[in-house]
Amino acid sequence: MIELLDVHKRFVENVVLDGVSLEVKDGETLALLGPSGVGKSVTLKMINGLLRPDAGDVIVDGLHVPQLGRKELATLRSRIGYVFQYGALFDSMSVAENIRLGITDETCYNDAKFCEDRVLECLRLVNLPPEVATKYPAELSGGMKKRVGIARAIAGQPKYLLYDEPTSGLDPVNADVIDGLIERLRDELGVTSVVVSHDVRGSFRVADRVALLWQAKIRAVGPPDEILASKDPAVLQFLERDLEMTLIQAESREGEGERGGETRGRNV
Amino acid sequence: MSNGAALTLDPLRLVARWSLRTADHVGRFSFLIADMFRGLAEWRIWVPRTLEQATAVGYGSLFIVLLVAGFAGAVTSLQTGYQFTGTLPLYYAGAVISESMILELGPVLTALILAGRIGARYAAELGTMRVTEQIDALESLGRSPVSHLLIPRVIAGLLVIPALTMFANATGIIVGYLTAKGSLGLTYADFEYGARYFFRPLDLWYSAIKSVCFAGALTTIPCYLGFNTQQGAEGVGRATTTAVVSASVAILMLDALTTKLLLVAK
Repeated sequence: MIELLDVHKRFVENVVLDGVSLEVKDGETLALLGPSGVGKSVTLKMINGLLRPDAGDVIVDGLHVPQLGRKELATLRSRIGYVFQYGALFDSMSVAENIRLGITDETCYNDAKFCEDRVLECLRLVNLPPEVATKYPAELSGGMKKRVGIARAIAGQPKYLLYDEPTSGLDPVNADVIDGLIERLRDELGVTSVVVSHDVRGSFRVADRVALLWQAKIRAVGPPDEILASKDPAVLQFLERDLEMTLIQAESREGEGERGGETRGRNV
Repeated sequence: MSNGAALTLDPLRLVARWSLRTADHVGRFSFLIADMFRGLAEWRIWVPRTLEQATAVGYGSLFIVLLVAGFAGAVTSLQTGYQFTGTLPLYYAGAVISESMILELGPVLTALILAGRIGARYAAELGTMRVTEQIDALESLGRSPVSHLLIPRVIAGLLVIPALTMFANATGIIVGYLTAKGSLGLTYADFEYGARYFFRPLDLWYSAIKSVCFAGALTTIPCYLGFNTQQGAEGVGRATTTAVVSASVAILMLDALTTKLLLVAK
């Protein structure tokens, strides 16, 4: 389980998080929504200890993340897969080497046969052909980079998966593929996931619960239908802001004959 | 506006801000160096990467280092001829060329060239990795960026730069001799006599010690600045130029310091 308890964070004068509390249960997928620059990625980075809160606590698997030492943090991170916004693939390494780095067990990492099999398995899980393994990140499209990023994140068989804007910068078709992938990984691997996004439609499709981060605080948390029915002015303002883009995406998807999430898209 | 300008021009505030920033850099730099020493235990990670870096950096820098050293040797030879002809025995030219290459020109010119080449490369590489979240990605995979990225670069520099300096010394002396032979009519016997007459074994050690100190500065400073890059492409550019300038200044300061400690104390 992941818990954030009264977390505060500021960068110089800019208060990013002001008493944020949140809970993600085992096996659950929580979508953290909010406008750009509101602190969603900061929240995600606190969960795996890339950033420390100024005050408050972050608890993952019963461990108090801000208090962990170097080794304990490394051990915890081996159980958390992190999908970065722009993939964050290592340019000088092939796709196979990138995914191999995600194998956090040192014994397995040094076993060439295991690594080869695991890389191919991860590529299969993210719907990429085996030939991609020998390519370099510069040879991949944006959507493929994201999928390789996901493959690297799941290579170590993590218990938790953190997605930082997994569909940002992608066209609607590729965004839909990534959303489908998140759903599939949740179902096949049973991981606990936190998806940071400002794509309402995609988040509502993949999440069991949705949280809205608004002006440095959690403004609303609940199942997607509950959030959609909310009369909170901040929730309405955020959903209305996203409405136009959502409709454009929905139309585009319907045009492509894609399925999934149409009802929620129309509700929004 | 006027209030802001007054604040900016307040000397006390400026000094205080500069002091805080310097203390912050010194503290973080020290922690980074401590992390590198701690990371040495993970030799399985950094040894293969060190070999890759040493090959890339050493082989790639060889031509420019030898070119600069050759020209330095030639110019030293010509200037020695200009100043000594008719006043001092010609064999002195052998001493001046070899000693100036070994003691000063070889190590310092090599280090300054490499501050531009290796320093800029390290800062830009690491800075780009920072702003594209590749360093965060390594950390999030439970892997140490220090062992994967910094230690290989620093150790590669510590191995390769002294070796390049010795090649530079030899090239400068050979080209200096050939130039003196062509322009002054200096024989090999005279050149060798002059070079041997003033040579002390400490000179070579001094050259090697200096180059190791320079290598430390011109690898750790760019690594530190690149590793702590912020604010996107502009930050990478700033880190790169700062790295080259800071490493060059550090080399000149270390040059004075090592001369005082190793030669003047002698």
